[in-house]
Amino acid sequence: MENRPILQVKNLTVSFSGDKILDSLSFDLQEKENLIIVGPNGAGKTVLLKAILGIIPFTGEIKWSKKVKISYVPQKFFPAKEIPLSVKEFFNFKKNSQQEIEKWLKSVGLNNSILGKRLGEVSAGQFQRIMIAWSLIDNPDVLLFDEPTSGIDVGGEETIYNLLSRIEKEVNLTIILITHDLSVVYKLADNVLCLNKKLVCYGSPQQALSEKSLHQLYGEEINIYKHDHA
Amino acid sequence: MLDAQFIYSLITGIFVGGISGYLGSLMVTKRMSLVGDALGHVALPGIALALLYNINVVIGAFASLVIGILLIWFFKTKSELHMEALIGVVFAVSLAFAFLILSHEELEEALIGDITKVNGIETFISVILVLIVFYIARIIYSKMILATLSEDLAMSQGIKVRKYDLVYLLIIGVIVALGIKVVGSLLIGALVVISPAAARNFSQNLRQYSYGGMFLGSLSCLLGIIIYKLFDFPAGPIIILISAAIFLISFIFRKK
Repeated sequence: MENRPILQVKNLTVSFSGDKILDSLSFDLQEKENLIIVGPNGAGKTVLLKAILGIIPFTGEIKWSKKVKISYVPQKFFPAKEIPLSVKEFFNFKKNSQQEIEKWLKSVGLNNSILGKRLGEVSAGQFQRIMIAWSLIDNPDVLLFDEPTSGIDVGGEETIYNLLSRIEKEVNLTIILITHDLSVVYKLADNVLCLNKKLVCYGSPQQALSEKSLHQLYGEEINIYKHDHA
Repeated sequence: MLDAQFIYSLITGIFVGGISGYLGSLMVTKRMSLVGDALGHVALPGIALALLYNINVVIGAFASLVIGILLIWFFKTKSELHMEALIGVVFAVSLAFAFLILSHEELEEALIGDITKVNGIETFISVILVLIVFYIARIIYSKMILATLSEDLAMSQGIKVRKYDLVYLLIIGVIVALGIKVVGSLLIGALVVISPAAARNFSQNLRQYSYGGMFLGSLSCLLGIIIYKLFDFPAGPIIILISAAIFLISFIFRKK
């Protein structure tokens, strides 16, 4: 099953006004793989997602296998409170079938009554669930998720990842996810990519997240703890 | 009392007021509320030249708006400056240019408009243009809203944000050119902003908001023109004051 890469990245370099944000990055992504990207602030994680989405200029090569459908959930994305957009209307941007919408709401653990609410008045946790349902409703092959937990209390964090891992098994999705939380890596990742402008480490979490690579990534002060399971 | 002139004014007012409210609802959510004001003034050099050479002022206004909008859009894509600053520059230059050419009376008419002078053909053309703009606006509306929520998200959905921005600015240009006839270039910004702001006070969703803005825009123009007819106040300022009164009422009875 894991023979044909769904995405090939070769020598990817992104510069903003002369500064190299990403420096000759290469990696492959297999179908159904969960790839988690970790790295300190300013390491270029978000830029990497945007580059492989093709919404910012880059040099190098980014090759998706044909007819791949990609969904993307941006970082720190909260709906502006002042826009009177109902949750239902937000879904209608993509799909009009009430059945489909309700099915996906149910699978992210939300109730139909939320459809009448304004997108700006749902809680941050509910909004993140809505975004997951919204990004999966048109059956993408790949989901790019930039920091699911940003701005959400720790209580909600656990369930968002459990949710992702449950749904991912149901629909056979390829996921690229950015996180700050190393414990998530052990729960969800097939492979982990450590990024600090350059590729610092790549491989299965147990292999890649060595003490050395983490020090390289975050500096000397970090206390590492490795989960035994996964 | 129901002379043809009055009917023409009413029809033009209702259509232009309605579409201003509808397009304005997008403007308010995109935080472009003052763009209407600025564009009203960008139209002035065109009006001035139209008066000078005896062409229809709406055509002059629109020509000048298209040039202004293309300049703003061009600078926007080529520089890091905010749209605001660019509009500010084009706006000031236009104003200076217009003051140089226009006589005092002409300037006054351009600034506060005179809907009571529209004729049958102008009314007909206005209605057609409003319908075309409405058709385009309906197509781009949800995409523009998505881009307002998150430009990255919209682009990841394959929405050409830059292209839609330009289309949006151009249809605003059409409406500003038409609106100048109704309320004048000084007040066109208010026509575009006040009704949507009022509609937002009681809207739970986009549908209520956009069509609410449209309805209130039409209503303000309708009432304003009737009051003009009854009491002979200038129509433009009255239309704006009525929409402001509606805004106040909506504010008092707003949701939550």
